[in-house]
Amino acid sequence: MTSALLEVNGVTLQYKTPRHLVTATYRVDFSVHQGDRYVILGPSGCGKTTVLKAVGGFMPPVEGSIRINGRGIESPGPDRMMVFQEFEQLMPWKTVYQNVLFPMKVTKRFVATEAAARANAMIEKVGLTKFRDIYPHMLSGGMKMRVAIARAMAMEPDILLMDEPFAALDALTRRTMQQELLALWDQLRFTVLFVTHSIEEAIIIGSRILVLSPHPGRVRAELSADGLDHNSVGRPEFGILTDRIHTLLFGQTHHLHAQQDIRA
Amino acid sequence: MNAQPSQKPTQVPRPEFEVELIDATAIGDVERPLTITERLMNNEAVQRLTILVVLIVIWELYARWLNNGLLFPSFSETIKTFSKDIANGVLIDRTFTSLRTLAIGYALGLALAAVFTTFAVASTAGTRVLSTLTAMFNPLPAIALLPLALIWFGLGTPSLVFVIIHSVLWAVALNTLIGFRSVPETLRMSGRNVGLKGARYVGLILIPAAFPSILAGLKIGWAFAWRTLVAAELVFGVSARSGGIGWYIFEARNDLDTATVFSGLLAVILIGLVVESVIFRTIEARTVNLWGMQR
Repeated sequence: MTSALLEVNGVTLQYKTPRHLVTATYRVDFSVHQGDRYVILGPSGCGKTTVLKAVGGFMPPVEGSIRINGRGIESPGPDRMMVFQEFEQLMPWKTVYQNVLFPMKVTKRFVATEAAARANAMIEKVGLTKFRDIYPHMLSGGMKMRVAIARAMAMEPDILLMDEPFAALDALTRRTMQQELLALWDQLRFTVLFVTHSIEEAIIIGSRILVLSPHPGRVRAELSADGLDHNSVGRPEFGILTDRIHTLLFGQTHHLHAQQDIRA
Repeated sequence: MNAQPSQKPTQVPRPEFEVELIDATAIGDVERPLTITERLMNNEAVQRLTILVVLIVIWELYARWLNNGLLFPSFSETIKTFSKDIANGVLIDRTFTSLRTLAIGYALGLALAAVFTTFAVASTAGTRVLSTLTAMFNPLPAIALLPLALIWFGLGTPSLVFVIIHSVLWAVALNTLIGFRSVPETLRMSGRNVGLKGARYVGLILIPAAFPSILAGLKIGWAFAWRTLVAAELVFGVSARSGGIGWYIFEARNDLDTATVFSGLLAVILIGLVVESVIFRTIEARTVNLWGMQR
């Protein structure tokens, strides 16, 4: 039995707004293994982003435990590099290269020459060598996202945490970025924990999918989506899995739902 | 919204067409360099210089028409006095005295502002303390504290430094705090994600991210300080040996030497212009403009 890289046991997460104490997730269990493309999928309000923040160390669980490589998580750290949805995660005062270099520099994880070489190699992998010395404000949304991914990957984190990274992109760029992420995974076989609210994106990106139900977020199912990518979108198994997830989330089949939409 | 297909307006058929391209040689090259005159007209420095020249011409003409050197000396008279006092070193000496006091006050003001904002970002209580103090003291004119400063520190540089600190501190602290507060949450998280904490977090993430606000505070602080200093020197020009540029103006007024008063004012304006359009402009061009944080 291979032990899991990330173990989440009975985690309940709560946060305070000025007026309420909100329970985001209730007793959530899951485990992520080495090399997984593990997707957390759910509608808004299921606490998926909150789970990711807790794994990132930004939020301690009210009950339960989160362990990575057997150690408890106490604070944010570069072993769990995060990629956020917003473009402002890049530092506007640093060039593409300086942004990618920044985490390696402040953590002193690599010696200077090695860090520089890694930054350049990673920038090349995401196809931004021409834009190496450009400031982020001159890049498009997709390019900024590539920089954020390169910055996280260059650190060789134990696990890469991605919070709806492609949600703010246009449909065409999103598709390209999904393909690029998969191609990168094929080369480097890293472990990624990916949050999304799109069933299609979950199936394309994920090898395992954790389905969460909302209010509060609870585990509904864990499914395998291995071997399904952009090329299989039209195939029956893709449709079957989509319908299955839809039923899990909304309690009725895709077709019924569609018919209701028409009647309404 | 409820239009049925049958109710759609019928489309009038429009013919397709193709034509030969019209001859466009009359307009000249598609992309042609601007002439030197056009480029000069677009240059900000040239535009500013033109404004200055126009103002000077108006000044000169009005002064000549008035023909009363005691009330309103002409530009040429002012420049004559100005260059004479530059040449004999009086004006340079006075300016340096002022600038030295200013530098001390400005530096101390910035240091105190740094201390205050550090406390303010460290805790909510600190934020409350700073915002209350700023609300109380920011509207208080520094010059109104001068009598008090004279009682506490006596005549001389310490009193001036005290009022300068007062005029710098609140403006800079307030702007820095506003800047820190407006740093996007995602940027904060990506800083903490790589394990940054405490002073490194402030220095590597918060300060650069809040730099547009901080720079605005520095500019306002500078203008307040410079104004306060000249005004304060006008109020007590008694310790004549260490007099600054305000004292230079005050002395000239006592002698009814209006051209010298004007040349003192000119020096004040020139220093203001240089600091604003050379020093701060250069900082802006190399930081916030380059980073696309400000246009």
